Amino acid sequence: MSKDIRIKKGLDIKLKGKATENVVTVPSSGIFSIRPTDFHGVVPKLTVKVGDKVMAGDTLFYSKQNEAIKFSSPVSGEVLEITRGEKRKVLSIEIQASKDQSSKDFGKTLPTKTTREEVLEKLLSSGCWAFINQRPYDTLANPSDTPKAIFVSSFDTNPLAIDYGYALKERKEDFQTGIDVLNKLTKTVHLSLDANTSSFFDSIDNVELHKVTGIHPAGNVGIQISEIDPINQGEKVWTVNPQDVVTIGALFNTGNYNATRTVALVGSGVLSPSYIKVTSGQSIGSIVSGKLTDVENRIIEGSVLNGRVLLNDSYIGQQTNTISVIPEGREHRFMGWMPFVANGNHSASRTSFSWLFSKKEYEPNTNMNGEERAMVVTGDMEKVMPLDIYPMQLLKAILAGDIEKMENLGIYEVAPEDFSLIDYTSSSKVEAQDIIRQGLDIMIKEVG
Amino acid sequence: MNFLRKTLDKYKPLFEKGAKYEKFAPAFNGIDTLMFVPNHTTHKGAHIRDAVDLKRIMITVVLALVPTMLFGVWNIGYQNMGEGHTFMELFGYGAIRFFPMLAVSYGVGLGLEFLFAILRGHEVNEGYLVTGMLIPLIMPIDLPLWMLAVAVVFAVVIGKEAFGGTGMNILNPALVARAFAFFAYAPNMSGDKVWVADSAIDGVSGETVLGTLAANNPINSSVFDMFMGYIPGSVGETSVLMILIGLALLLFTGVANWRIVLSSVMGAAVMGLIFNALALNSLMTFPWWQHLLVGGFAFGMVFMATDPVSASQTNKGKWIYGFLIGFLAIMIRVFNGAYPEGVMMAILLMNVFAPTIDHYVIAANIKRRKKRLEKIKIA
Repeated sequence: MSKDIRIKKGLDIKLKGKATENVVTVPSSGIFSIRPTDFHGVVPKLTVKVGDKVMAGDTLFYSKQNEAIKFSSPVSGEVLEITRGEKRKVLSIEIQASKDQSSKDFGKTLPTKTTREEVLEKLLSSGCWAFINQRPYDTLANPSDTPKAIFVSSFDTNPLAIDYGYALKERKEDFQTGIDVLNKLTKTVHLSLDANTSSFFDSIDNVELHKVTGIHPAGNVGIQISEIDPINQGEKVWTVNPQDVVTIGALFNTGNYNATRTVALVGSGVLSPSYIKVTSGQSIGSIVSGKLTDVENRIIEGSVLNGRVLLNDSYIGQQTNTISVIPEGREHRFMGWMPFVANGNHSASRTSFSWLFSKKEYEPNTNMNGEERAMVVTGDMEKVMPLDIYPMQLLKAILAGDIEKMENLGIYEVAPEDFSLIDYTSSSKVEAQDIIRQGLDIMIKEVG
Repeated sequence: MNFLRKTLDKYKPLFEKGAKYEKFAPAFNGIDTLMFVPNHTTHKGAHIRDAVDLKRIMITVVLALVPTMLFGVWNIGYQNMGEGHTFMELFGYGAIRFFPMLAVSYGVGLGLEFLFAILRGHEVNEGYLVTGMLIPLIMPIDLPLWMLAVAVVFAVVIGKEAFGGTGMNILNPALVARAFAFFAYAPNMSGDKVWVADSAIDGVSGETVLGTLAANNPINSSVFDMFMGYIPGSVGETSVLMILIGLALLLFTGVANWRIVLSSVMGAAVMGLIFNALALNSLMTFPWWQHLLVGGFAFGMVFMATDPVSASQTNKGKWIYGFLIGFLAIMIRVFNGAYPEGVMMAILLMNVFAPTIDHYVIAANIKRRKKRLEKIKIA
């Protein structure tokens, strides 16, 4: 059965620096790093120490809250360093990769011929569980739950985002296996497709397909869930990213945890944007070296709307799909607040003529374009919020710490990324994603 | 501009944390950010941000007020001196009368805003840029400057800062200023001697159209005069044409919400038609559509009812809020024996009820969510 979904509220932001369809390979980085802080709410308990030899797929640490959830090494080599921060919190585990790579063997199995318990065990022991996220709260899934459904969005509508249909086009088999694995964990797996393009996702079996049209955030799994089967109080759904479905599928097809992925290197800070084959935990320097413009750039893991900053000497995470590079914006602009003057800077508001040129590819930098203020303008958040939610009221309820109101206004249905366009368009420069994260953390603590 | 930037950068360290004038940082930043969009970069959330900010929104409203203000200045001269004078003579006379009021409004109001910013240690908000322009435009021209100053103090301190500043106030601050002056200095705010400059001294009759109607006298202004604004009244309220130009800018930019404007006109039309059907006195027989042209109706609906802070925040709420403002404005106008105008009261009244309207609109959303949950529990 296929349902058609149409998203009318939102905003497509056209930016310069879309990846062209060719895959570039880069040399391996020597040192790889895993950051436990990438997994929200996980308190790591290390199972390795400096000098230990590991194989790809070997456990590096597990979650203190749930010891079954393990996190694995992306490569084989030797543990070089463990960096700790305040209160000895583990920040990262660095591994010196060995010349010859070897992977731990978890055994080839057909998911269709295994039990749910066996599937669970394999996902947990290989570290692939870390790819399964849960809503509400936007955290790692709990293996003891049975979700009412699992949602996979096959396309990303964020500015300059990766095209999964292209990046994964040779991995259809692994993707199908991954979907079969997910089917063991729940009753229904929903796969949503971009109705305007065709790709191998159209012919995937054992899923409920949904065709989606419309503007960003049409590709966000959050809006798709609310259109297909909204989350109610007490219910849980899981979400998995398509590239991670492939990694899970490959685990069952080959028996190995394969941490290589194809990412899109995009943005106006990149000389020739393209797709790149990388390995999780690889140093960002080895990926972007020689590929960026000669200005002060910001490297972002993820999209410009909701990614996180990568410093020049850091490493990419385990779930990276897009790496965006845009110039920092540390310039003062004389009377830059004048309406209808600086029309080269993109604005969804009609106080600039730029909304007339929505087809133009803009080159924004990281300037705030103003300062944070009290919420004054009303109705603007609703224009970019397709969820059936009153965004401003929910944000205010979170700021006030009013749990009952948060529940009533739909906190269970949202994740920070659903509010990224509000971050962008707000004339009061409200940090909406940050506030939503705070709200979700309050709920985890108070309600669980 | 480089020179200005360099000068600002030179003095900036004096206002930084731990420096000599740390406490005055909000005042310095207020001036700095008015000249230059700051060099701040995003540090959490979205890495890129829309070019719009609150300053741009507020300045757009100020721009929309400019035609009305310029006409108002000319009309001050025209109402006092009448025909037979050049444009510059009339405008010059009006300018001498009006710009001191504008200076007092901005001087006192912005002074207080800076003071509160320093005391509370937050940035100066842009809200007063609009309020400061609105206040002299909704006052009679003969209002003594000291009364204006007291009204501004009341509006900023009690109307706004007491609630927590811009964005937190319940009532529209400019209307708070007017309501305060209206009740505190009634003789200077109503009657037939305040709407035309120096009419008390010169003995010129300066009755407004509504005042004439309330006294059951025939009006001597044509519909054309009412539309163009060649009539006595508060400085900014008379010219419907100029207000419509401002409205066009506000609607084009999306700064004013069209739902409020449209529904308020609908509300006023419904009330006006009811009165026309009853036709018990001059105010009631006055054609409903002419009610929209006189008094503070057009100005109030376009520039005051649409204030997003004091209006309903939900779109459905905005329809109800606007409709009731229009409806009540005409009702109060006709029934108020002491003073034949109801726009100010109607907007202030609905400002108070706006949160209640929103409460019920949002309750419907909450109910929908709860129903969905119940359905699943049954199944």
